[in-house]
Amino acid sequence: MARKPSNNRSRLHVPEPPFRPGDTPDYSHISVPADHTPVRPDPLCDPHETSEHALKLIRVLRFSGEAVGDWKPDLSAEQLRNALKSLMMTRAMDERMFNMQRQGKMSFYMKSTGEEAVSVGHAMALNNSDMIFPTYRQQGILIHRGASIKEMMCQCLSNAGDPLDGKSIPVLYSFKKHGFFSISGNLGTQLIQGVGWGMASAYKNSDEIASVFTGEGATAEGDFHYALNFASTYRAPCIINVVNNQWAISSFQGIAAGEGETFAARGTGYGLATLRVDGNDLLAVYAATKWAAERARNGGGATLIEHFTYRKAGHSTSDDPTKYRPENEPEVWPFGDPIERLKIHLIHLKEWDEARHEALAEECKTRIREIYKDAESMGNLAGDTQVNDYTMFEQVYEHAPDHIDAQRKMFEAESD
Amino acid sequence: MAQLNMIEAIRDALDVKMSQDSDVLVFGEDVGYFGGVFRCTAGLQEKHGLHRCFDTPISEGGIIGIAVGMAANGLRPVPEIQFADYIYPAYDQIASEAARLRYRSNGDFTAPITIRTPVGGGIYGGTTHSQSPEALFTHIAGLKTVIPSNPYDAKGLLIAAIEDNDPVLFLEPKRLYNGPFSGDPHAPAKNWTGNELGEVPEGHYTVELGEARMISEGDDVTILAYGTMVWVAKAVTEEMGVNADILDLRSLLPYDLESITNSVNKTGRCVILHEATRTSGFGAELSALVQEHCFYALEAPVQRVTGWDTPYPHAQEWAYFPGPKRVRLAISSVMETA
Repeated sequence: MARKPSNNRSRLHVPEPPFRPGDTPDYSHISVPADHTPVRPDPLCDPHETSEHALKLIRVLRFSGEAVGDWKPDLSAEQLRNALKSLMMTRAMDERMFNMQRQGKMSFYMKSTGEEAVSVGHAMALNNSDMIFPTYRQQGILIHRGASIKEMMCQCLSNAGDPLDGKSIPVLYSFKKHGFFSISGNLGTQLIQGVGWGMASAYKNSDEIASVFTGEGATAEGDFHYALNFASTYRAPCIINVVNNQWAISSFQGIAAGEGETFAARGTGYGLATLRVDGNDLLAVYAATKWAAERARNGGGATLIEHFTYRKAGHSTSDDPTKYRPENEPEVWPFGDPIERLKIHLIHLKEWDEARHEALAEECKTRIREIYKDAESMGNLAGDTQVNDYTMFEQVYEHAPDHIDAQRKMFEAESD
Repeated sequence: MAQLNMIEAIRDALDVKMSQDSDVLVFGEDVGYFGGVFRCTAGLQEKHGLHRCFDTPISEGGIIGIAVGMAANGLRPVPEIQFADYIYPAYDQIASEAARLRYRSNGDFTAPITIRTPVGGGIYGGTTHSQSPEALFTHIAGLKTVIPSNPYDAKGLLIAAIEDNDPVLFLEPKRLYNGPFSGDPHAPAKNWTGNELGEVPEGHYTVELGEARMISEGDDVTILAYGTMVWVAKAVTEEMGVNADILDLRSLLPYDLESITNSVNKTGRCVILHEATRTSGFGAELSALVQEHCFYALEAPVQRVTGWDTPYPHAQEWAYFPGPKRVRLAISSVMETA
């Protein structure tokens, strides 16, 4: 069991999460607002009309399954079932890949368990040509947009089927054809790039917008502030998403932000529209994204959306969350599970039932297992990756300069 | 053909590319209405529009960050960093992002960006307006670094850089903007008039990245230089009556190994000049290359003439600057060694 921090013996304030391993987490002090969701303003409203939205929480789904309020989107049962399938495929893939990493088939993996609705709800509300600047936990967007799960798996396995030829670590996907920008391992850097992408889109008089992501932890990087500032200055057509999943590896969200204000409120001072949404409520994520996209596409500029959610799994396969937070915290987190909540909603609508749900879960698991088997047949880290080592000299530049060619020959000589 | 200084040549290159290609955008601190603190972008906003040449917040990381995103969206941004001394907040965006985007995505996304920035001393800029940080960038795989020493090359290299499909750092030796510099601050300032490299063709032409220029030819010694030091080398060798191959590298990465080795194998003696600090400077790389490729032709140890390993001082500008005296001593030293 991890040790609790000793008492603070000075006036220096160092924030600590309310619960550490060994504590019994009690989140009854967090109100789960059902009735005071802020009103849905006109998407082209003055940004200050959304300043209270930065402090409240947009919710559509009640725990009973009922969808309420003026953010309630108009989605068909078919669209909702489709979303549910994307959520469940994402979770099944994450499960499978995590287990295969444990068997040494790949070096690393990152699950998005508990926050799948942020990605899937977001993807549903955008056009496929809108460019996502994702973090490593937006795999749900790729899955919902119909990317090849086999290619995603091959990227993680760094094998012969990896579109990136093994150049990047697992999960750092790049899928231009699906409007999914190459993921950087340096956190926060892509926020300002997404703003630039949006500026270019506006320059070209295109309707495409950019949607950029960060976890709450990396909002502490300077790039986040560059992004908000440039987005405001040039009214860039983009959405800036902060996925507040409470944990940045072992640091709770108070380390990134202090304990005074929400992440959404960071946008207020920059004159951006700001929304704060229950990230475990797929309908709310969809509605907020739709609002922000409409605003961006019509010249209203950027919106900062804080998606309030919870990272149920560890940061990656490299950390054990029970070392820094109570083991049962994910279960007692008061906002529920996004898959369960959408399921209950569909059942409430009489468009779904437990039997169909179980069948779908089984179908996802089987399908993922089959795709994985197919992907792994192209190589893996435990055996032979089947990636040609010489590809490491490619794509440094468009055309390899002489010094790289010379080094390629040196490598050839040492390989003899 | 027109007689231009380096500022006018750079502006002309930008104008040529902006006229040819609507994907070329110019932006940075004070570059828009005002035309840049060194006037390199003067008139471009008026001619090409507010949306083609505009001011940015004072945020170097932000400037290069938006350039990466714009480039990924099909544009060819040409951001300016007002002084190379201010480039460090953008280092992550250059080193981790622009330079690696092609590799990281295996060619799925690219970053054809040309970052212009003034470098070097000689203008009493002190620690924050005089630095030569080229070695911090030649160490980055995926980035190209070039540095012209005259108006002709400035225009041709800048057009080539903008047309290149990889990110290029374009260093402008600010002491050379208005004329070549002998290294003697007390001599009357020269302008580019009368220098054949101040004769700049109109319209489009390129100088290929990765090719050195022979400034003078001689059998006694090879001098490897770039930027301001090219003209210091020329003045000193002329004054000493030394017959030197002066190679203006122009492009630091990729570098022109063939021209370097051909010359050193011919002369057997090599002096390397740069304004930047000595330890781990680009001269160390050049010295290693010469040793690896020309060892048996060398008649004397390779000499480096550099700035000292201190920050660039203000009042002591000419004590710091690797001027004629230091260059003369090094040339004498390699010439004396039997």
